[in-house]
Amino acid sequence: MINIFQVAYKNLLRKKARSALTIVGIALAAWVLVSLLGFNRGYEMSLNRDIDNLGFQILVTAKGCPYEAATLMLKGGTGLRYMKADVVAQISKEPEVDEITPMLMQAVFDPNKGESGGYSAYLGVDPATFPKMKSFLEFKQGKWFTDPEALEAVMGYEAAELEQREVGDPLLITEKNVEVKVVGILKRTGTQDDGTIFLPLKMVQKTFDKTDDLTGIGIKVKKEASISKLEDKLYQLPDVQVVSMSQVKQTIMTLVSTAKVMVFSIALIAILISVVGVVNTILMSVMERLQEIGILKSMGATAWDIFKLIWLETLILCISGGVIGAFFALGTARLTDVLIRRLLPYAPSGGLVQINPSLVLLTFGIVILIGLLSGVYPSWKAGRVRPLEAIRSQVE
Amino acid sequence: MSQTSPIVLEAHDLVKIFHRGSEDIPAINHVSLSIREGEFVAFVGPSGSGKTTLINILGCLDNPTSGKLSLDGRVVVDEGRVLSESALTKVRRDIFGYIFQKFYLIPTLTVQENVLLPFTFYRKPGADAEVGRILKLLGIDHRKDHLPGEISGGEMQRVAIARALINRPRILLADEPTGNLDTRRSEEIGELLKGLNRREGLTIILVTHNPALANIADRIIELRDGAIYKESWSSNREA
Ligand SMILES: Nc1ncnc2c1ncn2[C@@H]1O[C@H](COP(=O)(O)OP(=O)(O)OP(=O)(O)O)[C@@H](O)[C@H]1O
Ligand SMILES: [Mg+2]
Repeated sequence: MINIFQVAYKNLLRKKARSALTIVGIALAAWVLVSLLGFNRGYEMSLNRDIDNLGFQILVTAKGCPYEAATLMLKGGTGLRYMKADVVAQISKEPEVDEITPMLMQAVFDPNKGESGGYSAYLGVDPATFPKMKSFLEFKQGKWFTDPEALEAVMGYEAAELEQREVGDPLLITEKNVEVKVVGILKRTGTQDDGTIFLPLKMVQKTFDKTDDLTGIGIKVKKEASISKLEDKLYQLPDVQVVSMSQVKQTIMTLVSTAKVMVFSIALIAILISVVGVVNTILMSVMERLQEIGILKSMGATAWDIFKLIWLETLILCISGGVIGAFFALGTARLTDVLIRRLLPYAPSGGLVQINPSLVLLTFGIVILIGLLSGVYPSWKAGRVRPLEAIRSQVE
Repeated sequence: MSQTSPIVLEAHDLVKIFHRGSEDIPAINHVSLSIREGEFVAFVGPSGSGKTTLINILGCLDNPTSGKLSLDGRVVVDEGRVLSESALTKVRRDIFGYIFQKFYLIPTLTVQENVLLPFTFYRKPGADAEVGRILKLLGIDHRKDHLPGEISGGEMQRVAIARALINRPRILLADEPTGNLDTRRSEEIGELLKGLNRREGLTIILVTHNPALANIADRIIELRDGAIYKESWSSNREA
C-alpha cells in the first residue's frame, strides 16, 4: 500500500539536486539559528557564573576608579586606590548586610615571571570571612590559612601551575623579600581566581605598609533584603564607590547587545533567504506539475488533499534541513565559540555557545513553522488547480 | 447492454462558448444525448470539432455555458447552476475514471504505487480487494515493481487505465488514449477496452481520431462544428 508521506517524499526525489540545494539552504539557516541561540544562552550563563563566583553581590571600592573596579575583580589589574578599614565596621551596621569581607589587592612586578617579567596579583583576604563567602571554591591540595597574620598562601590553579608550586613549597614575594609557605592550591574555576595568590589580610597590610587600607569590600546581601536599598545607603558613604554585580552584568550586556543585534540580523537574513528558497522550489515544482495535479484531482483528490500533499513536501524539506543544520551546529559549536569570541568586547570564561536539547527543539519548532508558513502559498495555489488543467494542455 | 439498461448519463441541449479576446468560439452547439449503463460510445470527428470539450463537460471536468447534465439521475448542471466544487469532486470519484493521451505517471513511484495512488486520497469500499485482479486484467502484474521509465508506452497506458479503474468507476472516459502509441500498441489498448466493456460491463466513452479504434465501440457519434452530425450503431453487437 502507499500513503501520502511516501508520495510527497518520492515527489521530492524527482528533482534530487533541487531538493538537496533547498535542504542545504534550510540547514544553513538552522545552523545559524542554533548557533546563535546557543550563544545567547551560553553567554548569559557564563557571565552569570563568573559573577556568581565572585561570591558577593556588591563590591565597595575606593573612589577614583569607576568601573575599573569591576574589571579589577573580573580580570585582575592595577591602578589601585585605597579606603580606610573602618568603613567595614560602618557598613556592617546596615541591616541588609548578610556577610562582609575586606580585601586588599596588591600587584608586584616579578622580573622572573615569564620571559620578560610580569605582575603577580596578591589578594589579602580575611580568613574568618572570605572562605565562608567563597565556599564554592574547592581545593586541589591543602586548605585555607586560618591565622590572619601567618606567612602562608593559597594559590589559584593557574598561579600554582605557573610558579610550579605544591603544598609545602615556599613562595617569595619579590619586591618585599618575604617568603611565605603554600598551604593550599585551588581547583580550576575558570575565573580570575585561578591566577590569584591569596594571602592573609593582616599580613599583606603589614608587608606592604598599608595597615589601615583596603582596596575592596565584598558584601553579600541577605536573601530577602533589597539590594538597591543597601546600594542607596552605601552611596552616602564618603570616598567610596559602589559596584553592584547586577550593574556590572548590565554594562557588559549592553556592550554585547550591539554585537547580538548584528548577529541576530544575520540570522534573520539567513532565515528569510531560506524561506524564499523554499517557496521558490515548491512553487516551481507545483507549476511543473499542474497537469499531474489536475489528474490527482480527477482521481478524487480534494483541494485540501492537494494542499496537504504539497505542504508535506515543504515540511519534509524543512525538517531534513533542520535536522542536518542542528547536528552541524552541535558539531561546530567549538569553532563557533572561537569565532564569536573574536567579535565580542568582553567574553566570559567557559563555553560561550551552549546548545541543549530544548534549544534544538526550539529551532526545530522555528524551522517547522517556517516550513508551514512558506508552504501555505504554493499549497494553496496547487489546491486550486482545476482538474481541467490536466487536459487543457493537450488541446494546445 | 440492452435497450432496457438504465441511463447513467443524460445531457440536454449542452452549449459551450469559449471567449478568446472579443471573439466568441462556440465549441459545443446544442448537444443532447443519453448513455446507458454498459454502453461503449466513441466520439469521432475532425480536429477542432469539439470532442475534447464535450467529453470534459460530460466528465464534470468543465462546465457548459448552458444546458443540463444528469448522472445516475442526479442533476449536476442545470442552466449554469453547478454543484459545489466538493460535490463535484465526489461525483468525479464516485462515477468516473479518466485516461488521457499522456499518462501522467509519477516517475519515482513503481507501477503498483502509481496504480494505488488514488487510494491516498480516497478509497471506495471494497476497492482494495480488486487491486491484484485489475493488475492482472491489464497485463501489468509482472511489471508491478518497475518504475515507469522501465516499461513501454503501451504498458504505461495500461498502468494509467489500471489507476483509473482502481476505485471501480461507473464510466471510463478516454480522450485519445492511443494518441501516443504506435498501431500495434493501439490495437492492444483497443482490445483491452473492448474486453473491459464486454466482460466487466464497464461503460466507456472514448474520443479518437482513429477509425479502427472507433469501430470497437457499440455506438459511434460523429461531431462537426460542435454538433452531432451523424450517429451509428455498430453491427457487431446484438441489441
Ligand atoms: N480553453 C479554450 N479556450 C478557447 N477555445 C478553446 C478552448 N478549448 C477548446 N477551444 C476551441 O474549441 C473548439 C473545440 O476544441 P476541442 O479541443 O474540443 O476539439 P477536438 O475535437 O478535441 O480537437 P482535436 O481532435 O484536435 O483534439 C476548437 O475550435 C478549439 O480551438
Ligand atoms: Mg481533443
